[in-house]
Amino acid sequence: MTLTAREEDTFPFFQDYIFAKSAIVLTEEKRYLVETRLAPVVQQANLSCLGDLMRALLRGDRQLETAVVDAMTTNETSWFRDKSPFEALRDHVLAERMTANSGRRALSIWSAACSTGQEPYSVAMILEAHFPELSFWNVEILATDLAAGALARARQGRFSALEINRGLPAAHLLQYFSREGAHFQINDSLKRRVLFQQLNLAQTWPVIPPQDVILLRNVLIYFDAPTRQRVLAGVRANLRPGGFLLLGAAETTRELVGGFVPISVAGTTVYQLKEN
Amino acid sequence: MRALVVDDSRAMRALLTNILQSIGAEVTQAKDGCDALARLRSADRLPDLMLVDWHMPEMDGLELIKQVRKDPAWKPMTVMMVTTESEQENMVRALLAGADEYLIKPFTRDAVLEKLNLLGVHVPEQALAALTGG
Ligand SMILES: C[S@@+](CC[C@H](N)C(=O)[O-])C[C@H]1O[C@@H](n2cnc3c(N)ncnc32)[C@H](O)[C@@H]1O
Repeated sequence: MTLTAREEDTFPFFQDYIFAKSAIVLTEEKRYLVETRLAPVVQQANLSCLGDLMRALLRGDRQLETAVVDAMTTNETSWFRDKSPFEALRDHVLAERMTANSGRRALSIWSAACSTGQEPYSVAMILEAHFPELSFWNVEILATDLAAGALARARQGRFSALEINRGLPAAHLLQYFSREGAHFQINDSLKRRVLFQQLNLAQTWPVIPPQDVILLRNVLIYFDAPTRQRVLAGVRANLRPGGFLLLGAAETTRELVGGFVPISVAGTTVYQLKEN
Repeated sequence: MRALVVDDSRAMRALLTNILQSIGAEVTQAKDGCDALARLRSADRLPDLMLVDWHMPEMDGLELIKQVRKDPAWKPMTVMMVTTESEQENMVRALLAGADEYLIKPFTRDAVLEKLNLLGVHVPEQALAALTGG
């Protein structure tokens, strides 16, 4: 770098750009995140600095756009994350929806920020392990996320030992995975149960069939209040009356639009949309 | 909560002890299976949890778990194998021997706490909330 080329401040640009693409809010204290997460993108694209990356994005480079959005999302997740919401699902939520839908024999579950797939696959394992009667039902698990890279990994269903360690019961590992080299591959029977699709919660949603259960976990935390409200309104509109919303363990429900009833079950709170 | 950490590596014992103490556990250590059995026999109160390495000089972890599971008095103890062995056949062997869970080395602190939570071992709310957030 030449002495005259003082490092330009690209942070405000990336703040706006990421917000426009994902609604993720990057406050000043996230400055380091932009630097550490975008440095590899800069390097891989053979650019020399964040300024170059900024100019490439301004020119409308789609490939770099995907890389930047992927890099700026936090894909941290684990199997049966927080345990209790999945117990609530197993012990209460699914049974209740199955009673409600016994005539139609159909059940729809949506993991709305599925990251690398641990969440929807955990749901699939619960269905397979505890609800054999559902094999005669039309069960759909829709799993969506904004990050293309995370989705590709989710579809592939290949996990490292470090990922497997994160909350997956050993018995499930033995039953639903096979070892492939240093990785563990999820079985086709589980893979077939989950439909992965890209969906940006912050933009207009495609038409989604009415859902019985929506898992919207650990994603609202990245958004500002207006976005949270819009997303929650969308969730409500896509949930069947009597359907359930499952949030992350640390997520507040202050913005929860009317019509939801909190239900304490298995040491956690789930939210049921009132029947009209 | 009381825990017994069984591993022939001093560094590994220290690491696991540290993680367990951070959630308020009272931890004792043993350097191999024989040492662990001796400590269990002389303990005035049974640990709630035992973390066991597989490969150790005097009596390996698999044998230790088998021995422990022979004694009905020790039945309430939750046992997790913590090992570099990641072949599924070995996991089956460990579970059949009586291990309740299995953790592959290397692991993160989060992974240990998540497994404990899975096992119903009490992990304080704050510790779980602080798991690599979001
Ligand atoms: C921390 S992960 C949570 C994963 C999983 N739900 C869980 O609780 O473990 C957050 C996910 O939200 C996704 N995300 C962030 N902004 C999004 C948006 N605008 N639309 C859809 N997904 C988004 C990220 O890509 C990331 O995979």
